[in-house]
Formats: sequence, C-alpha cells, structure tokens
Amino acid sequence: MEMPIPNQDILARKAQIVERLQSILPDAAVIHTESQVRAYECDALTAYKCPPLCAVLPTSTQEVAAVLKICHDMGVPVVPRGSGTSLAGGALPTADCVILGTARLNGVLETNYDDRYIRVQSGRTNLSVTGAVEEMDFFYAPDPSSQLACAIAGNIAMNSGGAHCLKYGVTTNNLMGVTMVLMDGTVTEIGGAHLDAGGLDLLGLICGSEGQLGVVTEATLRILRKPEGARPVLMAFNDNEVAGACVADIIKAGVLPVAIEFMDRLCIETTEKYAKAGYPDCEALLIVEVEGAPEEIDEQLAVILDIARRHDPVELREAKTADEAARIWLGRKSAFGAIGQISDYMCLDGTIPVSSLPMVLRRIGELSEEYGLKVGNVFHAGDGNMHPLICYDANKPGDLELCEAMGAEILKLCVDAGGCLTGEHGVGIEKRDLMSHQFAPQDLEIQMAVKDVFDPQWLLNPAKVFPLVSSQSRRIAAE
Amino acid sequence: MTPQTEQELADVIASAKGPLRISGGGTRPIGNPVVGEALSTSGLSGISLYEPGALTIVAQAGTPVAEIEAALDSENQRLAFEPMDHRAMLGTDGVPTIGGVVSGNISGSRRISVGACRDHMLGVRFVDGAGVITKNGGRVMKNVTGYDLVKLLSGAYGTLGVLTEVSLKVLPKPETSATLYLNGLDLSRAVEAMSKALGSPYEVTGAAYNQAVSLRIEGFEASVAYRMGQLKTLLAEFGDLTEQPDKKTSEEIWDSATNVHGFSDAPAVWRISVKPSETPAFIDVLQQMHGFDYALDWGGGLIWLAAYDDHLSEAAHYHQDSARHNDTVAGAEVLHTNLQHNAGRAGGHTTLIKAPDAVRAAVPVFQPENPTVTALSKGLRAQFDPRGILNAGLMG
Ligand SMILES: Cc1cc2nc3c(=O)[nH]c(=O)nc-3n(C[C@H](O)[C@H](O)[C@H](O)COP(=O)(O)OP(=O)(O)OC[C@H]3O[C@@H](n4cnc5c(N)ncnc54)[C@H](O)[C@@H]3O)c2cc1C
Repeated sequence: MEMPIPNQDILARKAQIVERLQSILPDAAVIHTESQVRAYECDALTAYKCPPLCAVLPTSTQEVAAVLKICHDMGVPVVPRGSGTSLAGGALPTADCVILGTARLNGVLETNYDDRYIRVQSGRTNLSVTGAVEEMDFFYAPDPSSQLACAIAGNIAMNSGGAHCLKYGVTTNNLMGVTMVLMDGTVTEIGGAHLDAGGLDLLGLICGSEGQLGVVTEATLRILRKPEGARPVLMAFNDNEVAGACVADIIKAGVLPVAIEFMDRLCIETTEKYAKAGYPDCEALLIVEVEGAPEEIDEQLAVILDIARRHDPVELREAKTADEAARIWLGRKSAFGAIGQISDYMCLDGTIPVSSLPMVLRRIGELSEEYGLKVGNVFHAGDGNMHPLICYDANKPGDLELCEAMGAEILKLCVDAGGCLTGEHGVGIEKRDLMSHQFAPQDLEIQMAVKDVFDPQWLLNPAKVFPLVSSQSRRIAAE
Repeated sequence: MTPQTEQELADVIASAKGPLRISGGGTRPIGNPVVGEALSTSGLSGISLYEPGALTIVAQAGTPVAEIEAALDSENQRLAFEPMDHRAMLGTDGVPTIGGVVSGNISGSRRISVGACRDHMLGVRFVDGAGVITKNGGRVMKNVTGYDLVKLLSGAYGTLGVLTEVSLKVLPKPETSATLYLNGLDLSRAVEAMSKALGSPYEVTGAAYNQAVSLRIEGFEASVAYRMGQLKTLLAEFGDLTEQPDKKTSEEIWDSATNVHGFSDAPAVWRISVKPSETPAFIDVLQQMHGFDYALDWGGGLIWLAAYDDHLSEAAHYHQDSARHNDTVAGAEVLHTNLQHNAGRAGGHTTLIKAPDAVRAAVPVFQPENPTVTALSKGLRAQFDPRGILNAGLMG
C-alpha cells in the first residue's frame, strides 16, 4: 500500500514540535520516544505499520484545541485515533504526523433519562456508554463486535454499525450532537439534545467522515429503554442460496427482526473447533433474533419459523433458556477470533442488495478457487452487509498481495451488484484506491471540496479515503 | 422550466443566466422568499426500482408521494418516517413529490421512534449549482463509502443541489395501531407522561399533546393489546385514561397530528425543536408576554406554535416602530424574534413555517446558528453552488 512520502522538513523539526506540544500538555501526555510511539504504529489493519512523529493524549476539548492550533500553525498533519480498532487503516499514522489519541477523554458528562440521551467524552468505549445507563435499564444501540474496545470517537468517524442495526440503525441514526474542534483550533457545537438540524445537516456529514473534517471531543447520544426480552433462533440449511432466499422472505413477511446473521460452512466448522457452540453440520446457518414482550416474541418467531420450514431446513433450534440463547450467539461472536486462530485473514465489508446474495456468494466461491485462498463468510444478512474473511499466510511472500487482489475483486463485485465498497468499516487506506470504481471523478471531487471547507490545508488524516492520485494536488498544495 | 430528464436539468442549470427557484410539487413554500426563474422537478417522475425483500425503493425526485405510497401499500410496506403533508396547513394545492419531502427532511409523528426522513435516506443523485450530475450513497442499507452527502442534501431545501433521484429504506406496515389518551393533564404533567411512556419498553411510536396526550402503539394485534395494557398500568398515576383501539380511527388521529390540521386557519405557524424537558418553561415564559396556541409532538420535543390575528396585533405593540403597533406583520416579526431567541437559549431551533410573504422576507426563517456553523455552511454552499443560483437565500 502506497503512502505519501513523509515531509522531511517536518521530520527535521520534530524536537521543536514536541517542545511546543509539551508547553501546553503535561509531559506524560506527549509521547515521542522511538520505543513509545511504536504503540501507535498501526490499528487493527496490522499488515501496515508506520510509527508517527509523536502522539498526544489530551484530556479536554481545550487541550485538543490547543494541540490542533499548534499543529495548524506549524503545518503538521494530525491523525485522530480512538482505540485503534479500525479494520481499514483509518488510524494508520504517517511518519510526519501527530497522533491525537482520545484515550484520556473518557468521562460521562451528563445522563438524562427524561429526554433519553447521554453526553460523553468521545474516547469513552462503546460498551461503557451502555454501562453508564444500564442500571436504569437503558442502552446505547449501535453495537459493533469490537464494542468492548472501540471508542465513540471511532464509531462516529466510521459511522459504525452492529449486529442489531436492522432495527436500531447505525451510529448516525443514534447521534444527536457533537463538540468538534476544527484543524485551526476552533471549537464548535453541532446538534445537541434536540432533534434534527435547524439549518444544514452538518452532523450527518461529520458522522462517517473518517477523522478528516474535525476532531470530535464530546458526543450527545440517544439512549433507549431496553426491550423486555430478546430471543434468537438458529436455522441450518444445506444451501447458501436457500438461506439467502429465506432471509428475503422473512423481511417481506412484515416481521422486523433485530438481527439476521449468516455464517457459511468454513466459518461454522472453524468456530465449532474453537468455541464449541454445538452448531449443526450444514452449509449455511442463520441466527435470527427478535425482541419484545414474551407474547410478542412468540408471535414473531412463529411467523419466522413458519417461513424457515418452507425452505427445507436441516435444523431449526429455538432458544428456550438464556443459556441456550447465549450458545446460539457464541459461535457467531467468536467467528472472527476462530478464523484468526487458523490463519491470517483480511476482513472485507462490502454491502450488496439482499437479492444479489446468492449470486455474490457463488462468485466469491469461484474467486476463492481461482486465487487458491480460502474464504469464510459471516455477515449481517438482513441488510446485505457482507464480511468475507479471506485467509492468507502473512509469512509467505506474495500472499498478502494475492489476498488484496482477490479482496479488490470481491469489492468490485459488490459495487457492480448495486452495492458498495464498505458498509461499516470505512474506507481508510484499505479501500482508498477502489473509490474510483464506485464513484465518478465528479462524485469524488465534491467530497474533496467538502474537506476543503473544513480543513483547507488538508492536514487532518490527509492520506485516507480518496485515491492518492485524486487527492494529490490538494495535499501538495497544502505543503 | 420543467426538464424531462436529468441531463436536461443539468443543461438548464449549467446554462442558467440568473437565480433559479426550484420546486417539486410546490406544496411547501417554506423559507425566505426566493426570486428567480421557476424550475420544476415534476418532469422527473417515476419509480425506478422497488425491492420489497430488500426494503428499498428508488424513485425520481419528482415522483408524487402518493404514487410511492400506493406502490408500498401493495406490498404492505410504508415510509416509516410518516412524511407530513403540508397542504392543509399551508393552504396550498398541488402534488407533493418525494424530492420535496427529502429536500425538507420532512418527517411526522413517528420520527420520535424510527428517525427522521434523513435516517431513511440511502442515496441521492443531484445536479449541483454548476450543472454537474453527482451521486452519493446508493441503494443498500449500510454504506459508509466516502462522505455522507445524502444527509447533507436531505434538508438543504435545494440550496446545495437539485435532487434528481432518491433511494429510501422502507419498512413493513404493522398489523394494527391503537391510541391511548391521557385526559386533563396540564403541560408539564403531559410532558412528564410522554417521557415516561417513551422511556418504557413498550415501543410507543407517537407521543403528542393537544389538550390531551395521545400515545400510539403499533404492531401485531396481540402485542398491541399487551403493550396497551402495560402502558395503562405504567401511566395509572396520570389519572383519566381512555383507549382508542380502532385501527382506522387511530390512524386518523395521527394523520391529523402529523399534518397539524388544527392550525390550518392560523395565519402564522412556527415549528420549534427543543429537548422535551425544556418545553414547559419555554411555553411558560412566552405566555407571560404573548397569546398563541400550541400543540406538541415528538414527546414534547416538537412544538407547533400558531398565532391568530388578535395574537399578532397584540404582539405588534412590542414592536420598536410605534407606527406599526397595529400591524399583524410587525406582530409576527416580534413573536418570531422571541421564539428564535428562546429556542436558541434552550439549545434548539425555531423555523417559521407559515406567514405572509412580508414576514418571511423580513426575518431569518431558519434559526441563525453559531458563527462557526454559519461559516462552514456558507463555505459548503460556495462549493456546491459557486454562483449562488439555487434557491438563493432560502435558508438565510
Ligand atoms: C474484531 C473487530 C470487530 C469489529 N466489528 C465491527 C462491527 O461489528 N461493526 C463495525 O462497524 N466495525 C467493526 N469493527 C471496526 C472498528 O471497531 C470500528 O471501525 C470502530 O468504530 C473503530 O473505533 P476506534 O475507536 O477503534 O477508532 P480508531 O481505529 O482509533 O479510528 C478509526 C477512525 O476514526 C478516526 N477518529 C478517531 N478518533 C477521532 C476523533 N476524536 N475525531 C475524529 N475522528 C476520529 C480515526 O482517524 C480513524 O479514521 C471491528 C473491528 C475489530 C478489530
């Protein structure tokens, strides 16, 4: 993966830059020794590493503003970082950048149950937002599988989703307001505890902008009362396409499950080895979860099981107890980890129209044969967000490149089927150069023109999202 | 001008010599008055793709909302955000288009539980102020590829680009709907009751107040009956509860709440968004100075405020120009200024929805924002519409 050549002038001024940052932050909050900055050399796209110039860990919006002002004045690029779980290289540093970490911005500022929102500092982890309101039986809905580690800041930047977004939506649908610092140090509030924008919907634009428009320091998030109950069923099929058809029929039937998850044979077998969830021996399985009062759950499950029976299932397994429910989810939740046990893998994230599921799965199988790389499929079937896991061997020369080439073909396939490159992980560096497959030059131009407004010097996370050739003139002009 | 294709529309904009006044069906004359040559999207009409199994519909911007609703209805689906029809309230006629709904981010009572129009938007095609055809988003439910201009264009009232095609997420229609009334509550108790209902696990999909509190429950028959029962127990402390279990009547109640039928004859109407717990004080402070009517939706977070001629004449006495102390236009200006001032202090915003042109020309229809947001918005407009010809000045 190509990254821009680091600016030698900035590298030469490291001591000065560190000194300026130390003048406004406690010493421990400025990380600059060679051994210490290694902690920030990559995110969860571990195939790519580059230690930053230095890293800072501010504790308040004012400190963030002061840091950005200094970097702005000195012309130093800044890469914001939440917990570093991005799978797209969104938080990957360049050698000439300052990493602005939110790890110490983790407080709860306000909880309001009457108006149903919580205000937190952006470095707070996703799960601990729910943790802060759980005692009142409330929760924060978007639930990425990385929720134990990932920060709200990263969730906002990537517009992250989760298993339950079929019903509750993704981050952007649950975000009410932010405090954000622009690259020049200006602090602004966007949105708040009320609903909808009074003017242009800048909040909708900020969410999903991959840390390129501003640094989010605080967020107002919608919280919801927990449902009375939830119950999953597991359905096993001997054919991917039949499982896909079953998904479409469930959705058409007028029930809206909170989650419909899909796993194929490779994932099922691998997770069985490691998690021992007791999954049936089959080609494809679906986990469908519904929520509500007991009566409601019974009624919805009856409809769903009825549909499933018409698709010749190998097995239908209803969870009678909380323990059985947990076992149904266990395999799905361990899927990524289990694949990781047997192989290095790259996780793709393309979305397709649900109707193209059978075609796309078939074609992925063919590509797997052609490239000689195994692919496991585990994904959010209700919304067409696929996660093909391509297995490769990082120690075998050329294998990563092969895997990337195959990944690119799959993502192009998703776009050609009427879908997109990324459903929830973001573009980062990983899918940057594929953007021109999905977008015409003018579609990218207007997006870059948006960045020009927020960050005219292109100092914030500049080498991401857009193909390097497309953003080159802007990045160079900024130097 | 009524172009018949996207390319024709792009040509019209590229070759425009002066400002353009864009309309869909012309049923929502909202915003500061705009001058310019009329440009209608009504020629761009038709559903391009509807996949019930994928919960998505794609339509050209000038497609009548009714046509979309009929198509969805045949598959027992709907636009869950319940777009408001402004015709009764604004006294307009014409055919509301889907592009108009999206441009105004128009949502109804169900917004409180399922999100706004923008939350159901999956993709757009539009022509910017330079005549360039651009797309963003797509037709799948999860998509984070590039910046989300879909949200930015939704609610931009055509000032950033003219929409040519929109794709939307749709949802299944529930089997039935029922409404619970809480009678005889004053404003602050009403907001309390609505907060309690919305903070319950019983999935209330509407919470409005207009003399009585109305709470809506939707879903399968048995489930609605169960949740209605639970809700009654939960809200027993609020006293006089009555139920409207009939689906059709319940639907009419919410149609009227969403479309604000109650204020059809008012000359001036405002729409105010604040957090619900601010609403009682907001109304209280204002009542010490002015007369007006109001109704609440969104659990109290949305205030519809209406002033009649006698209210406006009264308010005119506060106008700084004593020559205008009997002028209803002056009265509307005074009220407007106070409403935006107080909404701003409460952290929300006020939009003037209905008033004579003279009022709309004299005040900022949309709430002025903080200097940074104002500057960013101005910068964005300059990028999307460098010549400033698309509904120029509509949003201030
Ligand atoms: C095992 C695993 C499972 C995952 N499952 C899911 C899933 O189910 N759904 C899903 O959507 N994602 C998933 N992810 C991806 C990842 O967790 C999300 O993208 C997450 O939101 C990243 O959060 P973070 O705090 O780790 O951000 P980081 O990785 O630190 O950064 C992500 C992006 O956010 C930007 N950023 C960080 N902080 C700020 C800030 N303060 N202001 C502005 N921009 C900022 C960064 O510059 C970067 O571009 C998974 C990842 C892993 C490793």
